[in-house]
Amino acid sequence: MAINIERDGGTVIAKIDGRLDGANAQEFQGDLTASIEDSDRAVILDFENLSYISSAGLRVILITAKALRRQNADLAVCSLSDPIREVFEISGFDQIIPVRDSQADAIAALNG
Amino acid sequence: MARPYKILVVDDEVDLEPLFLQRMRRAIRSKRYSFVFAHNGLEALDKLNEDGEIDMVLSDINMPQMDGLTLLEQIPKVDPNMKSVIISAYGDMKNIRTAMNRGAFDFVTKPLDFKDLQITMERTLQHVEEWREALSSRDRLVALQNELDVANKMQQSILPTEFPRGDDYDVFGYMRAARNVGGDFFDVIRLANGKIGLAIADVSDKGVPAALFMMSSRTLLKGAAIGSEDPGQVVSTVNDLLTEDNEATMFVTLFYAVYNPESGTLKYANGGHNLPIIVHPDGSSTVLPSTRGIALGVMDGMDYEQSTVTLSPGDTFVMYTDGVTEAEDADGEEFGMDRLMQVFAGSPPPADPEEAAMRIFNAVDDFSDGDTQFDDLTCLTLCRG
Repeated sequence: MAINIERDGGTVIAKIDGRLDGANAQEFQGDLTASIEDSDRAVILDFENLSYISSAGLRVILITAKALRRQNADLAVCSLSDPIREVFEISGFDQIIPVRDSQADAIAALNG
Repeated sequence: MARPYKILVVDDEVDLEPLFLQRMRRAIRSKRYSFVFAHNGLEALDKLNEDGEIDMVLSDINMPQMDGLTLLEQIPKVDPNMKSVIISAYGDMKNIRTAMNRGAFDFVTKPLDFKDLQITMERTLQHVEEWREALSSRDRLVALQNELDVANKMQQSILPTEFPRGDDYDVFGYMRAARNVGGDFFDVIRLANGKIGLAIADVSDKGVPAALFMMSSRTLLKGAAIGSEDPGQVVSTVNDLLTEDNEATMFVTLFYAVYNPESGTLKYANGGHNLPIIVHPDGSSTVLPSTRGIALGVMDGMDYEQSTVTLSPGDTFVMYTDGVTEAEDADGEEFGMDRLMQVFAGSPPPADPEEAAMRIFNAVDDFSDGDTQFDDLTCLTLCRG
């Protein structure tokens, strides 16, 4: 797992490479929390290069979503491969976290 | 570092002590080092026994009563993690080699070059720090392992081992825990009018907090199941109760069905869990139609759609967790739904639900071919005779 974080104003874009599972979920949570500031308005998780996500990984996303809600910020995920999209659909997470086709779509939806 | 490193210097030359204090005065003043002195091996052992704060030993070789090489053999009996640096005569390779063989960390030669000595001491102390860090992570690892063992026992203790059976149906469930991950459970609940509640679930985390979450999920489910025969209502109730006080932000995926043995109907609702399959008498399988619903504990007030299917005589209903479908082979490929359905393809499914479950476990084992089991593997099967 590698995480690459960019920011554009109050929007954090985190691109995650590799597997996100019980072995690195805490590390991911630490990295993500460290890069989000109280003044941030939105976080986009780009899953283009994410190969696998376990329930421990989903939990980090849920924790992040709840933390962002407290600071009135939005969370979206984008560029999901078919298996990752399936995990989102089966778990029902797509019902509470917007799933966008691309980074551009995610940014457009946030601004819209 | 709250206190200076304490270094025990062992040498029978009495004028070494003032020399040390003089040459190391800067490091002493800046509280980098403090020194304790002993004049032979025996005295050094006494000092080590009395003073638990000594961080390293610096010892001469030739001394009365107990020499430095014997001291090296004795030190581990007092403190197996103590690091020693030996002071030897220049070119005395024989003694230096003996000292290294007896566990000395490094050596310096006489006449002492204090600059070189300080570099050696720093390197030794750095090693001591790293060593201590490694030891404390090992302790943490042991503690974590203990915690996981406790969690594992809690998990095993809530699983049913006796299963209801009727004239024309039979149930079996089994979970094989992964070493470190885990959070699967299943339950078979006897309801009014001979109906059976079937539940399979996967908690998002591991360890004791996850096991506690699992226990409350299971208890809440049992309570809700007895109160209503509508799976959608049951799952929704459990979700609200779990979300109410969920500080740790855990969640559980849960598939819950009510089986009516009289009619063969299965009424079900799904909270984010993998969809079960029905294996038909000709060996073909169908995936249960999906119903809307999110994992439990995520958000309260969620609705869980419910649906009904009917099992025909000879059908086997297979519930499982993602440990089955996400088991990987050596190349990292997942077992997947297709292989799961392939397990039964071509011939009638076994009439014994235990045999059906074991076929799945065996197929997963063959597929992963000795690779470490990443996640709990769980199957809950029901055969309609």
